[in-house]
Amino acid sequence: MKEEQIVGKSVPRKEGRDKVTGAARYIDDMTMPGMLYGATVRSQIPRGVIKKISFDSRFNWAEFVAVSAKDIPGKNCIALIGDDQPCLADGVVNHPEEPILLLAHQNPHVLRKAVDAVSIEYEPLPAVFTMEDSERCSQIIWGADNTFKTFLIAKGDIESVWEKADYIVEGEYTTGAQEQLYIENNGVIAAFDADQGITIWGSLQCPYYVHKAMMALLNLPSEKVRVVQAETGGAFGGKEDYPSIIAGHAALLAMKSGRPVKIIYDRMEDMTATTKRHPSRTRHRTAVSKDGKILGGEIEFTIDGGAYATLSSVVLSRGVIHAGGPYYWPCIRIRGKAVATSHPPHGAFRGFGAPQSLFAMERHMDRIAQVVGLSPVEIRRRNFLKLGETTTTDQVIREEIDLGKFLDRALVLSDYHAKKSRFVNENQIGPVKKGMGIAAFLHGAGFTGSGERYLASVVGVEGCADGTIRVLAASTEFGQGTNTVLCQIAAEALKLPYDCIQIAQPDTNQVPNSGPTVASRTAMVVGNLVRSAAIGIRQTLVAGGLHDSYSPEEFQAACQRHVAEHGELRSYARYDPPAGVFWDDQKYSGEAYASFAWAIYIAEVRVDLSTYAATVEDFVALQEVGRVLHPILAKGQIAGGVAQGIGFALYEKVVWQNGRMQNGQMTNYIMPTSADLPSIRVFFEEMGNIHGAYGAKGIGELPMDGPAPAIANAIEDALGTRFDSIPLLPEDIFEAISNSEPSEIR
Amino acid sequence: MISNSERPGQCEISLAVNGEPKTVRVYPMARLLDVLRHELGLTGTKEGCGEGECGSCSVLMNGKLVNSCLVPALQAAGAGLTTIEGLAPGPQLTALQAAFLKCGGAQCGICTPGMILASRQLLDKKPKPTLEEVREGLSGNLCRCTGYMQIFEAVMEAAGGNPE
Repeated sequence: MKEEQIVGKSVPRKEGRDKVTGAARYIDDMTMPGMLYGATVRSQIPRGVIKKISFDSRFNWAEFVAVSAKDIPGKNCIALIGDDQPCLADGVVNHPEEPILLLAHQNPHVLRKAVDAVSIEYEPLPAVFTMEDSERCSQIIWGADNTFKTFLIAKGDIESVWEKADYIVEGEYTTGAQEQLYIENNGVIAAFDADQGITIWGSLQCPYYVHKAMMALLNLPSEKVRVVQAETGGAFGGKEDYPSIIAGHAALLAMKSGRPVKIIYDRMEDMTATTKRHPSRTRHRTAVSKDGKILGGEIEFTIDGGAYATLSSVVLSRGVIHAGGPYYWPCIRIRGKAVATSHPPHGAFRGFGAPQSLFAMERHMDRIAQVVGLSPVEIRRRNFLKLGETTTTDQVIREEIDLGKFLDRALVLSDYHAKKSRFVNENQIGPVKKGMGIAAFLHGAGFTGSGERYLASVVGVEGCADGTIRVLAASTEFGQGTNTVLCQIAAEALKLPYDCIQIAQPDTNQVPNSGPTVASRTAMVVGNLVRSAAIGIRQTLVAGGLHDSYSPEEFQAACQRHVAEHGELRSYARYDPPAGVFWDDQKYSGEAYASFAWAIYIAEVRVDLSTYAATVEDFVALQEVGRVLHPILAKGQIAGGVAQGIGFALYEKVVWQNGRMQNGQMTNYIMPTSADLPSIRVFFEEMGNIHGAYGAKGIGELPMDGPAPAIANAIEDALGTRFDSIPLLPEDIFEAISNSEPSEIR
Repeated sequence: MISNSERPGQCEISLAVNGEPKTVRVYPMARLLDVLRHELGLTGTKEGCGEGECGSCSVLMNGKLVNSCLVPALQAAGAGLTTIEGLAPGPQLTALQAAFLKCGGAQCGICTPGMILASRQLLDKKPKPTLEEVREGLSGNLCRCTGYMQIFEAVMEAAGGNPE
């Protein structure tokens, strides 16, 4: 592995200079001649029939451009997986903040007042706000039974396991909604021209998702839709599917007005109207032997999808596949269900279902440990997956993973045993109680099952007329380091200095579809395609006479010559599924992911019983993510994900009322500040991965999975009270303590 | 500094931005953030929340860190302002900017201008801060990407390499 010169080094972030000088251009930094501003009139009720829309007569409405569902030239839907979500409500609304009417005006201040001057009369219909109400089907709000999707994973003979069990351990665990809270709100600019078609510039993760949605909505052919990603100020999944909606709105206004239209959400609109992490409920029933071996179990994983299907089926899929954690289950039955409610649709957020089901699994492991009378360390050690064993989907573990060894290292790094015994004594007196908590977990990289096969991603590498190299991919940079890592890989494959490589701005007119920038797939899957395409360039030039051990100058000259003679030098690579990888979509069985990243996280938590506030005092994050392509970026991904995970556990609570988020401001929805976080200590084990570029696995989502259960386990360790629901704000900790049976308190 | 305008309600305001004198005609309650971005074209200053919580719009006003989304234009009349565009006197990055780049202190970059100005003010007050002082000193600037660790490293690095 060590022969590589650029991969594995912390080279400067490609767009870093522009970011530290303020020169980077985000969507709200762009403007166009004659540009109008657009705004959205939204539903004020959770569900009902629109009876009448009236306009305050004190406004001169002739100055405004207004768009409703009847102005849509194509199909009134946001084309994604299904097409049940309208772009603009047509006669009925199914959630608060559903878009109904669009307005555009040259003055954004006047526009804001105009939105408030539109009043809508409704005939309300009964709404559904909990998963339990949705499952009871007393109101049908979606399809025949309020169910977007179900999955069943069945491995081995679960029926006969219960009689063999020494213990049967049950538990129910819930997680709340979480806002992605990228610091740059959603925003786009759309411009329409009868010859060119529609162009969208926006803050977004997946240019080709928006491209597909615009074709359907606007009834335009592929070549008349162009989508360009502007510099994007954070995404975390929150700009995976939602940009298709806001882009559709700006596009409709641009087509009707004939002028460019910019829509930028303010913070409250972004928080109340756009997607969040799915709330979840997981029920476990586990058969365990007296020596602490898992014999089998049943898991029921249910998520609240909100009012439309959007990405819920895929979030559910990842949730069920990760529900069994990094443990060996001789037999298991996992049932997953995504149900409809009258909330705005929940969507993608880093981890994509796995943080929810792994929270349950890792809380449940501590429960099992208590019942069996083993330590949280020992119960995990006895059940870790090993080489040659199979996951819940019958995927054989083919790497020599030794989670017991990782656990040992994390215990040393966190000083676990010494601290734990010290806290037992110290917790006897005073209001401050401390505890230690562990989470062990895995995260599959890339699209699930046959996903990558269907995506069939393409990447290009171009030799330019000046002899420099340009990577052509639709994979987007939103902080995680796409630009840098893909350029490193191309530089390595071409044996050129990193500075000789540039990456094209993602623009559907310029770059092939390398797939969405989601699912921790970019470094592993797209990176490999960059490598293949780059090797194609090298082979072309070597075949044309360049000798094999070229200098950068010789390469550059050969590249210039080739472009001068042939007009262009491009090489494309398409995803080719690895041999021997099999996935059965019907049985939900087989190779769920090309590779898994593995991790052990340990949290030290302090709870002050005079305020009921929990704070994390120390955090050890140890993971195996294959080859670390860029140590500083990788460390930044982990620390950032852990911080979001700490927020998920202790700070971030969406307060719902009649289906609408009530605390849609940074003042009352609290994310961790620099003063709230402990030292997040990041450690890597590197084992390599045969499928990924230079041995890389996925990294981005993994760190979101472990912090919440590690923290909840630590709080239980500190207080002796069970905490099976997150978030745990002081009032939640107070309530759990007040409601717990006296016998439960140590 | 302030003169009556011919347009009702608007007034003329003079201020020094990154060392250059500027005069703009704005409504007195216009947000300083909008004056910088729209009137002066300095888009390096970002809006994150519009209510003074996130710190993305931080600028230095007379050497003091302010949330420009909360400052009415009138209040900035006569003031000296430093935005991210004016931090480096020439094409060279300042030690602080270079440290953010080197240590991974900027990921998506949207909080970065405000974060760098907050760090500048911190180092002006405390040239050799402790980690705890950095932690407290930057707690008014939210970053959703980094978990702050590499921002702390950048500030400590800049403090070490910057003996002023």
